[in-house]
Amino acid sequence: MNTAIAGVIATYGITLLLAWPLSRYFVKVFRGDKTWSDFMSPIERLFFKIAGINPKEEMNWKEHMKALLTINLVWFIYAFFVLLFQDKLPLNPDGNPGQSADLAFNTAISFLVNCNLQHYSGETGVTYFTQLFVLAFLQFVSAATGIAALVVVFKALKEKSTTQLGNFWDYFLKTITRILLPLSIVIALIFIFNGMPASYEGKDTVVTMQGDTVNVSRGPAAGFVAIKHLGTNGGGWFGANSAHPLENPNYVTWMTEMVAQVVIPIAMVFALGLFIQRRKFANIIFAIMTIGMICLLIPSIQNEVAGNPLISKMGIDQAAGAMEGKEVRFGAAATGYWSTVTTIISTGSVCGWHDSTMPLTGLMELLGMMLNCFYGGCGVGILNYYIFIIIAVFISGLMVGRTPEFMGHKLEAREVKIAALVTLLSPFLILVGTALSSYVLVNYPDANWAVKPSSWLNNPGYHGFSEMLYEYTSSNANNGSGFEGLGDGNFFWNITTGFVLILGRYLPIIGPVAIAGIMASKKYIPESAGTLRTDSVTFGVMTFAVIIILTALSYFPALALGPIAEYFSL
Amino acid sequence: MKKYLWPSIKLTLILIVVLGGLYPLFLSAVAKLANGKGDGVKVMHNGRVVGYENIAQNFSDDKYFQPRPSTVNYNAAGSGGSNKSAGNPDYLKTVQERIDTFMVHNPDVKKSEIPVELITASASGLDPHLSPSGALVQVSRIAKARGISPEKLKELIKNNTQGPVLGLFGVSTINVLKLNIALDDMK
Repeated sequence: MNTAIAGVIATYGITLLLAWPLSRYFVKVFRGDKTWSDFMSPIERLFFKIAGINPKEEMNWKEHMKALLTINLVWFIYAFFVLLFQDKLPLNPDGNPGQSADLAFNTAISFLVNCNLQHYSGETGVTYFTQLFVLAFLQFVSAATGIAALVVVFKALKEKSTTQLGNFWDYFLKTITRILLPLSIVIALIFIFNGMPASYEGKDTVVTMQGDTVNVSRGPAAGFVAIKHLGTNGGGWFGANSAHPLENPNYVTWMTEMVAQVVIPIAMVFALGLFIQRRKFANIIFAIMTIGMICLLIPSIQNEVAGNPLISKMGIDQAAGAMEGKEVRFGAAATGYWSTVTTIISTGSVCGWHDSTMPLTGLMELLGMMLNCFYGGCGVGILNYYIFIIIAVFISGLMVGRTPEFMGHKLEAREVKIAALVTLLSPFLILVGTALSSYVLVNYPDANWAVKPSSWLNNPGYHGFSEMLYEYTSSNANNGSGFEGLGDGNFFWNITTGFVLILGRYLPIIGPVAIAGIMASKKYIPESAGTLRTDSVTFGVMTFAVIIILTALSYFPALALGPIAEYFSL
Repeated sequence: MKKYLWPSIKLTLILIVVLGGLYPLFLSAVAKLANGKGDGVKVMHNGRVVGYENIAQNFSDDKYFQPRPSTVNYNAAGSGGSNKSAGNPDYLKTVQERIDTFMVHNPDVKKSEIPVELITASASGLDPHLSPSGALVQVSRIAKARGISPEKLKELIKNNTQGPVLGLFGVSTINVLKLNIALDDMK
């Protein structure tokens, strides 16, 4: 077996080895059991005291959501204004300008919702101050928001009949102090000792061997890149994201970044089983998610390793695979693996440009984001999967002709309606967005924006359509990767994707929390012989089928016009 | 909502200080112990800084090993790739031009021996590495331009090759800047 593939397998193996002990630790933290990190409790108590929060106050699901939305709103206002006036603030050694209102709107939202779409380049569009005090800050708190919302659902699934689902602030702050911050420090140290910049020095000027004068952008990147992956955020310090040799200097940092971005999503699946004491239920979910990932992964690696058939026709050596938009130190197989992982979980960082991947790899990237539940982003991945479970329970209930039940509670019209709305929201946002942009492109090619619609697309034909489809899919999935050739730094894209980002974030959080909260407040019905067993392989397959059918029905026409047509035209 | 507003604002301010301020400050302090002191790892040659270890620089002269094509002209003030799709006709024309240019400068090389990395743009535009085949294919040109035997150059490439992690995981790479410095130091 070649070393490129061995590297991919080892990286996944390390992820699993770390996810298991982490999941046990997460459960202890959220149940409030004793752990090694209890030395943080005095600090947490101090923070709560200053903020005037009683972390022991029980909340129902509505109070949880009110607290979550309030603090998110505060972050949005803060981020928007600081980005707008970043040129007047300190820590701007490169003298970068303030952001325009529409760009600040988009940037603030996209980091707030854990997406990191980035309609700017890190070297010129932001300052060290905004990178650290706004963007890295949001990378921590947005990941903690998703995880806290998931813990509310854990709690609701565990309890027999209650409206008291713990305290939002407690879950939120502990996620940061006990999980994200300590792990980020460890990861950042690995980066630092592999040559990633971490000081506050500004751009350097160098005279090269052959006498050219060039600049080198730098900055305190290591800590940013750590939370960027650990929190499944994905926004790059530099424009080239994790393809940049200072943001991902070698194969060891590649493995570290790769492990960092999947480890929490996988650990949360195991933690689900431990927390609600239904290990088999969680293991089957894990198995289904893993099978889903492999289905997307194998064609991606195959296509990237095989290379571009049109370049093969030119008669050169394609042994290295499709190297356009890739880096030698990672190679085609590793970049293929990254492209799948970063799209199924909602990171959206890249170590090679997705716009230049082969058509079928692009299809897998799009599908990964449309599904958005194979492991998925911090917290929200399982929330998305939970919605599919609800639909699967409902359909199974209809098939056997009895009132559907899940975890000892009746599933009734209201919950199914919420689940159906959340499921329909994604195709609505993605397809309407793409249709709107296509319409504008065709009918108003000369509209007076920073980038004219006629110059939006970097590639002609089917692939150009895919660039627009990808942008809305990525926004809705809160992913943040892009077919980056798209000229998205202008009013139209900043505003339209901004709204898709908000809706694609908060409704898929509120929906599952509401369903879980409503169900937990119902009377508990003990399991009987007539109960549909949700911890069986059959039910796992049923959920998988629901996921595949809903996704195929929603997106096949759009995908046929984009990557599938492109594949057949090569 | 009002009940949560003040706690939200105060908790936000605390976390901005901790996560945006203390966390990166701590890391920058530790980084002083690392190679390059957290400023990025520089490379010295003949008593002056000639570049950053991990940032590709342009070598247009036939006497040097040339790095992969860059869409940012090897200037790390920015970074990025072409974002061209596999079937884009303009892009394929660019690739054909790169092949033709390569053939002119390397007349001894057969077309089927040109590794794809040399005629495709890297993702960052700053890719500092070549694969062993990307370096070996340039040997006969450099041997002629410098009057050094190809065997010696192959030896040099071998000594500058960084294998996979633990010999097992990942790919072999050669840092072009370091290779060219070693080349200049050959007497």
